[in-house]
Amino acid sequence: MRSFTYERARTPAEAAASVSSRQGAKFIAGGTNLLDLMKLEIETPTHLVDVQDLGLDQIEQTEDGGLRIGALVSNTALSAHDTVRSDYAVLTRAIAAGASGQLRNKATTAGNLLQRTRCPYFYDTDMPCNKRKAGSGCAAIGGFSRQLGVIGISDACIATYPGDMAVALRVLDAVVETVRPDGETRAIPIADFHRLWGDTPHIETVLEPGELITGVSLPKPIGGQHFYQKVRDRRSYAFALVSVAAVIQSDGSGRVAFGGVAPKPWRVSEADALLPNGAKAVVERAFQGAKPTEDNKFKIPLAERALAGLIAQARS
Amino acid sequence: MTAPADTRMSVQLTVNGTEHEIELDTRTTLLDTLREHLKLTGTKKGCDHGQCGACTVIVNGERINSCLSLAVQHQGDEVTTIEGLGTPDNLHPMQAAFVKHDGYQCGYCTPGQICSAVSVLEEIRKGVPSHVTDDLTGTMQASNMEMRERMSGNICRCGAYSNIAEAMAEVAEA
Repeated sequence: MRSFTYERARTPAEAAASVSSRQGAKFIAGGTNLLDLMKLEIETPTHLVDVQDLGLDQIEQTEDGGLRIGALVSNTALSAHDTVRSDYAVLTRAIAAGASGQLRNKATTAGNLLQRTRCPYFYDTDMPCNKRKAGSGCAAIGGFSRQLGVIGISDACIATYPGDMAVALRVLDAVVETVRPDGETRAIPIADFHRLWGDTPHIETVLEPGELITGVSLPKPIGGQHFYQKVRDRRSYAFALVSVAAVIQSDGSGRVAFGGVAPKPWRVSEADALLPNGAKAVVERAFQGAKPTEDNKFKIPLAERALAGLIAQARS
Repeated sequence: MTAPADTRMSVQLTVNGTEHEIELDTRTTLLDTLREHLKLTGTKKGCDHGQCGACTVIVNGERINSCLSLAVQHQGDEVTTIEGLGTPDNLHPMQAAFVKHDGYQCGYCTPGQICSAVSVLEEIRKGVPSHVTDDLTGTMQASNMEMRERMSGNICRCGAYSNIAEAMAEVAEA
């Protein structure tokens, strides 16, 4: 691990200003992903700004009947929150499907949104990777791509956003709240938060340098039955090959987002509208234009079968 | 704003009830602090990447991977390691149950397994839901499936899993 200096910020604006004013500075919250990458020298910050003292660890009702989740609320605390369990169950299900108990205790809401890809070539520093080192090439294209993306990918990078929580946030139409180094705040719909990276796969979100996530807000509950189906190589503690977050209403309408298939949680509104027509119709529309490899083309029928299972469950 | 120029910092933390103040390189993980600086070698380094769970300790009442945490992030925290749960003469009930049910073979993953197991029962008691919890708003049960799911972050290459689950069941029912 490379050497770095460390400080604890006292306010969100101070943290943002500190990171933006120093070359090579990064925020650290739970650290479960960042430290892993620092040990491999994939991340090499020269200064860490610890945000744990910023008081962003509360979950509150909002005036419009929704919920505001502080950036530092742990995965465990968020999944266990009474209102989340009763009114946003897809979120509890998604979080509980990810990582391990130990990691969920440390992982934060904001940090989880920024979790970096688990593409094996991103981790293998002996291999070219445009995401790790811009312009170095992509060893995944033509390599082992079973786990990798099938849609929204580019000729520069076929990695996926690996998380579960954000897939649930996508069906819930969550909004990411931030503060910029100049103290200005902004609200970013989750649909726009992760980029389709094209030829710049090292830039994964729309956050500007030094911009700090302060929280995530959820609109008021939408009812319906909430599902999160994760398909993986073992039953627990593994990343998704495909995951499906769905909220299905009693009339068969609803919302659906897919994880493990794209650079971002994958949701297509035209596909949502086809939910009453069944899984085949939804998946055909959602994956229109997909460019799977021989290794990962199984993901599309797998997504269809996973969704079909949820639709059947909703009807039973 | 404080912007330290140095890469060494003083860290104060309480481990198994004893306060320590140590000067450390900022890179030092909590795991290396425990093992290399405080000589508490019960906590084990397995993968050092949060994948195996051998380094599991309890910080402020919650289990974490000590390998994926910097000591400087734990200023003022209370850490419990396997040495703090019980002693050879006065075993923690979970330690005694692991012995009784043969919940280990080589023993390398055992401190992490036990710290995790103690926390898992606490998480179930507090009603934290898991991936196998059917009714998210109902009462949580310490069932075999619940314990297995919640222990998935602790790998045992000897394969003592079924005996670990039996040890946990005994403590859960006690």
